[in-house]
Amino acid sequence: MSELSEHANNIRKNILKMIHHAQSGHPGGSLSCTDILTALYFSVMNINKENINDVQRDKLVLSKGHASAGLYATLAEKGLISEEELLTYSQLGSRLQGHPNMNELPGVDMSTGSLGQGLSAAVGMCLANKLDGNGFRTYVICGDGEIQEGQIWEAAMSAGHYHLDNLLLFVDHNRLQSDGFNSEVMEIESIGAKFAAFNWNVLSCDGHDVDALVAVAKYAASCKGMPTVVIAETIKGKGVSFMEDQPDWHGKAPDDAQLAQALAELGGEQ
Amino acid sequence: MSKRATRAAFGLALAQLALENENVVALSADLANSVKSSAMKKVAPERHFNFGIAEANMIGAAAGMAANGKIPYATSFAMFASGRAFDQVRNMVGYPHLNVKICASHSGLSAVENGATHQALEDMALMRAIPGMTVIQPCDDIETQQAVKAISEYDGPVYLRLGRNAVEDVNDADYQFQLGKGVIMHQGSSPITMFATGAMVQQSLEALELLKEKEIDPTLINIHTIKPLDEQLVLEYARKSDFIVSLEEHSIIGGLGSAIAEVTAANCPTRQLFIGTDDVYGESGRYEQLLDKFGLSAAAVAERISAFSKR
Ligand SMILES: Cc1ncc(C[n+]2csc(CCOP(=O)(O)OP(=O)(O)O)c2C)c(N)n1
Ligand SMILES: [Mg+2]
Repeated sequence: MSELSEHANNIRKNILKMIHHAQSGHPGGSLSCTDILTALYFSVMNINKENINDVQRDKLVLSKGHASAGLYATLAEKGLISEEELLTYSQLGSRLQGHPNMNELPGVDMSTGSLGQGLSAAVGMCLANKLDGNGFRTYVICGDGEIQEGQIWEAAMSAGHYHLDNLLLFVDHNRLQSDGFNSEVMEIESIGAKFAAFNWNVLSCDGHDVDALVAVAKYAASCKGMPTVVIAETIKGKGVSFMEDQPDWHGKAPDDAQLAQALAELGGEQ
Repeated sequence: MSKRATRAAFGLALAQLALENENVVALSADLANSVKSSAMKKVAPERHFNFGIAEANMIGAAAGMAANGKIPYATSFAMFASGRAFDQVRNMVGYPHLNVKICASHSGLSAVENGATHQALEDMALMRAIPGMTVIQPCDDIETQQAVKAISEYDGPVYLRLGRNAVEDVNDADYQFQLGKGVIMHQGSSPITMFATGAMVQQSLEALELLKEKEIDPTLINIHTIKPLDEQLVLEYARKSDFIVSLEEHSIIGGLGSAIAEVTAANCPTRQLFIGTDDVYGESGRYEQLLDKFGLSAAAVAERISAFSKR
């Protein structure tokens, strides 16, 4: 296993432990964006203990805020919060709110939870970075159900209009949302053609190949004059056989036996 | 005693109503399974429309359906039905007074671990401020089921506020829901009247037990219709009371407490204890913990009433 994949595996195990401990959370969508988070935090974004409190730096907006467990587990893997704190996830008084709160936890770059809003915030950050001429980049992760929100397309229009080449959006294309498959709930295809129509640079990638995700993010940084979207082909619940592609595991916590099986599949406790 | 969430009661009643009235249609925004309109999908799938995660469009489409003679029940979490689509609710449903029933679940603190972004504590204030909007919050299974049907017989926009968690039945099997009419749950002997809505009715009933030990015996009235408010009943009891108490799983700004104070201030100014969240956001936690933290649990309610009575 490569070093990056090892990080991703640890993050997956912590996601499951947190959601199991809280008996609340969204395992499917957290596991589907784990490799994207890993690529960003371990190879792409310039973020560390020293600059974590800086107003200006590379930032991530987790627009699909229900994948908060994925973000918190990534911050822990990065050494920015402790593993013990992970077990306070979504409990009364915790900094690790069910949906990320930027005032509670350094490393959360925007409060999210109401879907479809994060891309607008990222547009604002990119415009501010351009004004300051600072070269920092802003990353966003959206769900594929989330981009049914009209505000996403208002934001897409403005990012194209302002040529925001310091913006990189990942669409976590796991084909599922809360009520089932996107195609049954509300068809959203063709995603790439829609962004292209708003003057975006459109790329796609295996959303579980961490090295490929790193490469595509680095390539996107060289594309000038327009924002880039990467359609990351993912599997909801990735890494846990009984959760993969199962609509049921959108917002459900595993019980003791399910956690044990999931951890075993991910290579055990170590 | 049976226990059912008002959102589950809503789903059952909607499915039944769909069988009885072919003009009834349901709209959802990727939360059919959570708000339970999915129950109607089983009996009338051709009249159940999922709009995906697009609440503003859903409310707009509901307005159009109502303009063409349908009775749309548009569903989402309270946060997104009232907040994300506020302009559409006000200008496309409220202003033309269209026959849209906005059915909003996971209201108040009942969005539990999801935390502040999902805990609608301002929705009654928003909806109440829209001219012509009826605002209803049932407190148990039977009241919800009857309210779902009653609003289909009323021609105009309605906001029906529902909860996520199972609540005990507090009404008897022969209960009759009447839109706009408060319900006396307990006739007390102390000159104190509690006006509660939704899940706070149950907390209030439990608080009455605790207050008994302190020899405080308030009257308890269930206000399921926050707008139009049962002004006559509110004034009748305000006149008899040294002080009144409003109880809601909502901000004390703009909800039931405010609605009551608007009426009493003009007609019979009465001291009022406002029980609700006090100009703050919610946070993640278990339901009972949150009720406790924000002073809405039975124990906290009893404590606060007892303290207020000594002031
Ligand atoms: C505005 C808004 N509407 C509804 C919800 C409730 N909700 C939370 S997750 C979700 C489904 C998300 O699907 P998708 O974006 O595809 O995420 P993923 O599959 O990656 O979990 C819904 C409807 C919400 N959080 N915000
Ligand atoms: Mg999805």
